[in-house]
Amino acid sequence: MTLSMPLSRREVMRVGLFSAAGLLFGGGQVFGAATEPSPARSPALPPGKIKAKSVIQIFLWGGMSHNDTWDPKPDAGYDYNGPMKKPLATNEDGILISEWFPNLAKQADKYSLIRSMTHRNNGHETAAYLMQTAHAPGERLAYPSIGAVFALFRSPEYKGLIPPYVVLTQPQGRFSEEGFLGPRLKPFATGGDPNAYRFEVEGVVARGITDDRQKKRRELLTKLNTMGNTMAASPQVAAAEEARNQAYDLILGEGRQVFDLSKEKQELRDHYGRHTFGQDCLAARRMVEAGVPYIVINYPGGWDTHKDHFQTMGRQCPQLDQGLAMLLQDLHDHGLLESTLVWCSGEFGRSPKVDWQPPWNGGRNHHGNVFSVLVAGGGFKGGQVVGSSDAKAEEVKERPVYPVDLLGSIYHLAAIDSNAKLPHPMGLEARVLPSAAEGVKSAGLLTEIM
Amino acid sequence: MRRSLILAVALSAAVAGAANAEMGPGIFESSAAVTPEGQIDKLVMARLSPLGIQPALCSDAVFVRRAYLDVIGTLPTAKEAREFIADPDTKNKRRLLIDRLLERDEFADCWAMKWGDILRIKAEFPVNLWPNAAQAYHRYVRASIAANKPYDKFARELLTSSGSNFRVGPVNFYRAIQNRTPEGIASAVALTFMGARADKWPTNQLAGMAAFFAQIGYKPTREWKEEIVFWDPLNSSAQATNNAPADSAFVPTNSAPQVAVFPHGKKIKLPPDRDPREVFADWLITPQNPWFARNAANRLWSWLLGRGIIHEPDDIRDDNPPSNPALLAYLQKELLADHYDLKRLYRLILDSKTYQFSSVPRSNAPQAETNFGSYALRRLDAEVLIDAINNITGSTDLYTSAIPEPFTYIPADQPAIALADGSITSPFLALFGRSARATGMENERNNKMMPAQCLHLLNSSHIQRKLEQSPKLKAIFESGRAQPEIEEELYLTILSRFPTPDEVKALGEYGKPGKSGVRVKSRDDWLDITWALINSTEFLYRH
Repeated sequence: MTLSMPLSRREVMRVGLFSAAGLLFGGGQVFGAATEPSPARSPALPPGKIKAKSVIQIFLWGGMSHNDTWDPKPDAGYDYNGPMKKPLATNEDGILISEWFPNLAKQADKYSLIRSMTHRNNGHETAAYLMQTAHAPGERLAYPSIGAVFALFRSPEYKGLIPPYVVLTQPQGRFSEEGFLGPRLKPFATGGDPNAYRFEVEGVVARGITDDRQKKRRELLTKLNTMGNTMAASPQVAAAEEARNQAYDLILGEGRQVFDLSKEKQELRDHYGRHTFGQDCLAARRMVEAGVPYIVINYPGGWDTHKDHFQTMGRQCPQLDQGLAMLLQDLHDHGLLESTLVWCSGEFGRSPKVDWQPPWNGGRNHHGNVFSVLVAGGGFKGGQVVGSSDAKAEEVKERPVYPVDLLGSIYHLAAIDSNAKLPHPMGLEARVLPSAAEGVKSAGLLTEIM
Repeated sequence: MRRSLILAVALSAAVAGAANAEMGPGIFESSAAVTPEGQIDKLVMARLSPLGIQPALCSDAVFVRRAYLDVIGTLPTAKEAREFIADPDTKNKRRLLIDRLLERDEFADCWAMKWGDILRIKAEFPVNLWPNAAQAYHRYVRASIAANKPYDKFARELLTSSGSNFRVGPVNFYRAIQNRTPEGIASAVALTFMGARADKWPTNQLAGMAAFFAQIGYKPTREWKEEIVFWDPLNSSAQATNNAPADSAFVPTNSAPQVAVFPHGKKIKLPPDRDPREVFADWLITPQNPWFARNAANRLWSWLLGRGIIHEPDDIRDDNPPSNPALLAYLQKELLADHYDLKRLYRLILDSKTYQFSSVPRSNAPQAETNFGSYALRRLDAEVLIDAINNITGSTDLYTSAIPEPFTYIPADQPAIALADGSITSPFLALFGRSARATGMENERNNKMMPAQCLHLLNSSHIQRKLEQSPKLKAIFESGRAQPEIEEELYLTILSRFPTPDEVKALGEYGKPGKSGVRVKSRDDWLDITWALINSTEFLYRH
């Protein structure tokens, strides 16, 4: 064997199919070079410089109140706090969080709170787009989310069987995460429920089909695939066959073990919480161990609490607290917190003044002027608070943090060049993050916690 | 009768197999020789002969499936396939089938879907067209196709209409554009009706054309999400509010450019009493305009044959020449001669022998593909694929929109090809590359097979449930008919053809051995067979 031996066709296809590396490599017959130009890569960074190898993004769809969670204002009065009682002291001096987060209160050394996040946008889709792309909504391009950008840039190195960008368990649906990068960079949505007896990951683990039957079926398909066999030489048929083989690697191979939560100790599963979110967090940790670059947990349940705000919060916050606190602890125990960045946020916060009028009867509305984000690991320091809001948490008081600052910091820790060019199907100029020249507001990277 | 048919198929397979022993395309090809009939065939053969490519015709079974999927985006039923294959009128049956399909309701659904991609019919993201307006837009497009509206009239209406987005469907053309500056609108017009990517033009060419679109106004009404699109030479809508005009202290001014330049370079002074959109539209649709008919003919060809004569079909420019200029010129000429009657152009192409070529490639040379030496293999569009699976299993899918408005709730049995609004979707449609309808580019629809799609087809609970709970399949499995008849019905239902002897043999070997040595099939065995056929290349690809 010589060192210059080319990659086998199978290996080339492996790199090119499940991963999105085909995009970066030009992709041969899989993608025409004309439609998928390569981005200018950032100058190669030594692996040591990549602090955030994997990212877990917990997205609190609908927008979680900041007042009632991570930016409590106990002196603001009943019209602002409703039935909320005294905030809790944490294990870091001077950091208080709301009474609904007793577990996170014991972990404050592991995370930092951004209390001055702002984009002043109050529409769900547009704010969700802003928080995950940092590009202004309504421009002529639909940019990919940070997860799709991770999938694109991590693909050349990532060799895992599981797709590089996974969503637990359902996609958000209201904005296209892959943007103009196309369906190859779409997140893989697991479906199923990790809290069920068996986590049935859509397409990977099917109910009632034994391995024996899978194998028998596969043989039958090979025999009955008359046209596929006749035209096996056609590049298109060959590429489809390779795609199928890779799918089988996941169905019958080791890939699916990652989703088998029964391999964890019962006790640990209990600590995460026997609810969908808690087990989402455990599944996310297992995927991090398998090297998956970007995992989104779309919170199973909404935070759009225009009505019944305090009841919904009282129900959801303890689960968020349990799962998230255990995730940080468990990542730490596995020595993974240093290389795994966790961030948790909604698309905006909620109006600090409670709306007591009917039909809201004690609700909070959308509030993009200021809200809170929790960040941990992957190069972010713990035990810190970034910025602050005013006395009633209505506006930024000091150190605004704009989406471009937050995402820019994550890209920086992941050694992804924010200024790198993205492959646009029409060859248009598009970069990972907008530049200052485009009039995007920025107050700088989060260097104080990096 | 049935036996003799199997025999006939097997026989013709044997004959074709003998003729092409090394390729073995058997059942997929007809043994009839290719004789160029019309001008299309002559022009295509004139390119293929020097390359030494001798195309073959597809078999009747392949043709019936191809015609249904291409013309109406719908799988033929077992009965339709059986009757067509059995029809002895070999001279006329293909032509008559095309005639029938062109008149089906699904024809309008299928092609409104295609135009919906190009015209970007989608309620929300990245453009906020809104659900009610998306429905009005789609209704207009579908009705135009069903009525076979002349293409020049269709284009002119889209370019010149004024009125409410909820009531006048075509005005939404100007709303379904991400960048509503005059330049942004001009590039959308160039892409849609000229097949040209204006970002490759010199900047002054786009600026000159943009002047035609500098006087479009948009104003809200008192109805939620309603918007009026109109000719607004005084730019009054810049100040529009929901208040009556008298409330506003706005003094209109006319600052719009007075001179515009047509894309071919001719300058025109815009008459003050005429909507410049009309001036442009009239130039666009004149028979002398080189762009308009060429784009339409090339697009339609690419939609039916899987590849443009100019490729990609929306990248027409001088340095991207047609692979067969005479062929494109001929189609263009015919479209003009028929006064932009699109259905006649459909018929002209579909009746050609070229359209009926086998999909088994005759040559690996790249020129074979660019010169249409074989029918291009293409994975079924997302909508067509799920409709086909639903037809086979007798199930439905739930299509929803994130926008909770009445117009986004649709009947459970609506086929996916008839969905009006790109925002009304399902995880399956998104996974299988339905167009995002953001730019109107052809390549927004992605039909490349990806591993995540294989996972879904091979092993998802979505597909598994459809098979297991299918009333239609149950009726076939439990019909009490003999095994060969069940096999035949499954093949006709899923692959639109009879099984080959080899396949019958493979089927015979599946299942547990019974007393007499004949293998008995359980319901699970039949489900496995159905599953295998649905996962076969033949099912998943137009061929």
